[in-house]
Amino acid sequence: MSRRVLDLGAILRDSKTRVVVTCGSGGVGKTTTAASMALWAADAGRKVAVLTIDPAKRLAQSLGLEALDNDPRRVDIELADPKGELWAMMLDTARTFDEMVAAHSTPERAKAILVNPFYKVISTSFSGTQEYMAMEKLSTLAATNQFDLIVVDTPPSRSALDFLDAPQRLSSFLDGRMIRLLSAPTRGVMKIVGAGFMLFSKAVTTVLGGQMLHDAAQFVQLFEDMFGGFRERAQHTYELLRAPGTAFVVVSICEADSLREASYFADRLRAERMPLAGLILNRTHPPLAKLPLPAAEVAQEKIERSAPLAAAVLGIHTDRLAVRAAELHMRARFDRVHTDLPVVEVASLASDAHDLPALREIGRRLTAA
Amino acid sequence: MTPAEPRAAAPAPDTAPDNEPGATPKAAIGNGTAAGNGKAGKVAPARDPWTAACHRARLHVVTGKGGTGKTTVAAALALTLATEGRRVLLVEVEERQGIARLFDVPPLPYEERKVAVASGGGEVRALCIDVEAALLEYFQIFYNLGFAGRSLKKMGAVEFATTLAPGLRDVLLTGKVKETVTRLGSDNKLVYDAVVMDAPPTGRVVTFLGVTGAMSDIARRGPIHSQAEGVVRLLHSADTIVHLVTLLEDMPVTETLETIEHLRDADLPVGTIIVNAATVSRLPPASLTPAAENRLDKSRLAAGLAQGGITADDAMLDGLAVQAAEHAIRVLDEADCREQLVATGLPILSLPRLVDGGDLGGVYELSDQLAEQGVR
Repeated sequence: MSRRVLDLGAILRDSKTRVVVTCGSGGVGKTTTAASMALWAADAGRKVAVLTIDPAKRLAQSLGLEALDNDPRRVDIELADPKGELWAMMLDTARTFDEMVAAHSTPERAKAILVNPFYKVISTSFSGTQEYMAMEKLSTLAATNQFDLIVVDTPPSRSALDFLDAPQRLSSFLDGRMIRLLSAPTRGVMKIVGAGFMLFSKAVTTVLGGQMLHDAAQFVQLFEDMFGGFRERAQHTYELLRAPGTAFVVVSICEADSLREASYFADRLRAERMPLAGLILNRTHPPLAKLPLPAAEVAQEKIERSAPLAAAVLGIHTDRLAVRAAELHMRARFDRVHTDLPVVEVASLASDAHDLPALREIGRRLTAA
Repeated sequence: MTPAEPRAAAPAPDTAPDNEPGATPKAAIGNGTAAGNGKAGKVAPARDPWTAACHRARLHVVTGKGGTGKTTVAAALALTLATEGRRVLLVEVEERQGIARLFDVPPLPYEERKVAVASGGGEVRALCIDVEAALLEYFQIFYNLGFAGRSLKKMGAVEFATTLAPGLRDVLLTGKVKETVTRLGSDNKLVYDAVVMDAPPTGRVVTFLGVTGAMSDIARRGPIHSQAEGVVRLLHSADTIVHLVTLLEDMPVTETLETIEHLRDADLPVGTIIVNAATVSRLPPASLTPAAENRLDKSRLAAGLAQGGITADDAMLDGLAVQAAEHAIRVLDEADCREQLVATGLPILSLPRLVDGGDLGGVYELSDQLAEQGVR
């Protein structure tokens, strides 16, 4: 195959690489991949932090993470290179938001914001808040210069790349135009938006209740002078993501839905001129024995009764060849569209990876190129 | 596969004695590893996973962790329920257009469209609920506000309202679903025999269905409030049942178990657990552990292969043995996961992993599998 192979080893080892962001749809092994890359880089002697979003319990435990914790903790393990360090943290969305509010406002004002019921809605369930906070945390961590490399896992977004859009969406939502319109529509405004709005405003008030709007209006007022700071920050994060020291990797399994999402991620990252390093094709099934399908099928049928165990082993082999054929077909389709995107395949482990040896094995497979 | 096949297989369980797990395809699929529990007398192995309550329900809510194949399973279930001339609506509530992709049709508008024909003349229609459109629909009905709808949408007013009160969003979605479940045709009969909802993932589904909580977001006396009360009645009635799709893997199983508890706490009726993408074991049970530990007798394996005309060198034998080990480990891990699911006491439907199954052919195949396990 003539296409470029994604050389993750070179990327993770390179002292110029400061941030690696993994993205992809849910259930493709993003978190595990991020943890494996971080461990590999730490083994190579770098000081690495891995920022995870929602790790499986056992994976979290093997990284020494017991609960949501907003500061990286050092993982107590022996690394191949004693100069290396591995730090890990699990993102606490609400707390990150609280911290951001505190950093951008006076203590009294921050207190008033934190108790506003509307703030609770925004900081916990506004779609995109988690993505936004992941990037916010990344930005904060990067600014400390405490780490050689930060590996960030992203939430499995409902719509791909919410983390790029969320700051923009959140601030345009919060900039208060709509809330002011709804809570205190003045004559001048009414001329512009027309009589339909009056009805709408009435309807919204009927549906949501006046208290809700009141809380929202108060919240926006409190928030108002923080907007400048927020926007600046969002812009700063965006620039960090675009900087040469950042590498985005898209993670996908070799199935149609997941690859479709991956394709979308790749296109979108390129459109935003984000540094896309390549695609990790996770959990593939290359055959481990050189035995062509026809020979295996003929033999399997022949020895079904006389040697059932050998026949079963051949059955496992033919299944695997069928899965592999489907994977290659999927991959060929993807490759035709993304001709110059470097790809690395990571063969599936037998079990879910949740201990350090398994993470190391994945790290080895990731960097085998 | 002809549609007659699954039904031809169906009578088999009746002719087989109750205590013979594994004697029928159904038991082999549904309760393969649960056979031991039969002896304990706790789980009747021949119990029909599609219980009377499932059969009675008209709104089937399908949830599952992201990546478990929830949409595909919901579509397969809709197709199975639509056999014998019935009409089923498949509803999507997250505006992802997953149904359109699955059935290979253009993105669905906010409108019910026929997407598939089931055996026996039944049909599946699909609806992708657009929250903004649903809210404007309300405003049109209650405030005659249709004309201004478009400009309001453009201003972001609707998105604003649903963001301000996320509960409103859920009430609008479930409200629309309720309307489809209870809708009568001109003949005064129900338009849909069943409605299958591709619901939000496990992490969100209890909040989504717990409309009562969301109602605190909504003004007490508004029209949407009384609508929401009707939704609560429907969701807690025998007309509704929730199915959970899971893979036999750690994270999805843990989430499934947690969600079952939360659903039960919220007094929402749980129907079945639908295991998706299960590995069908190739190895006899006694060989699983030796195979998993890579202790298969290689000279015996070589002899067996030789009978089939294959001369295997050491590299090939090693490769085959490692493949068998990976398969066996997978099967054993899945059996552990399945045991945890069995412990819930809920009926389990089981669907195999399909090679290249993400297309419409796969949906029909899974639908046949559901029919074979008694879904009707």
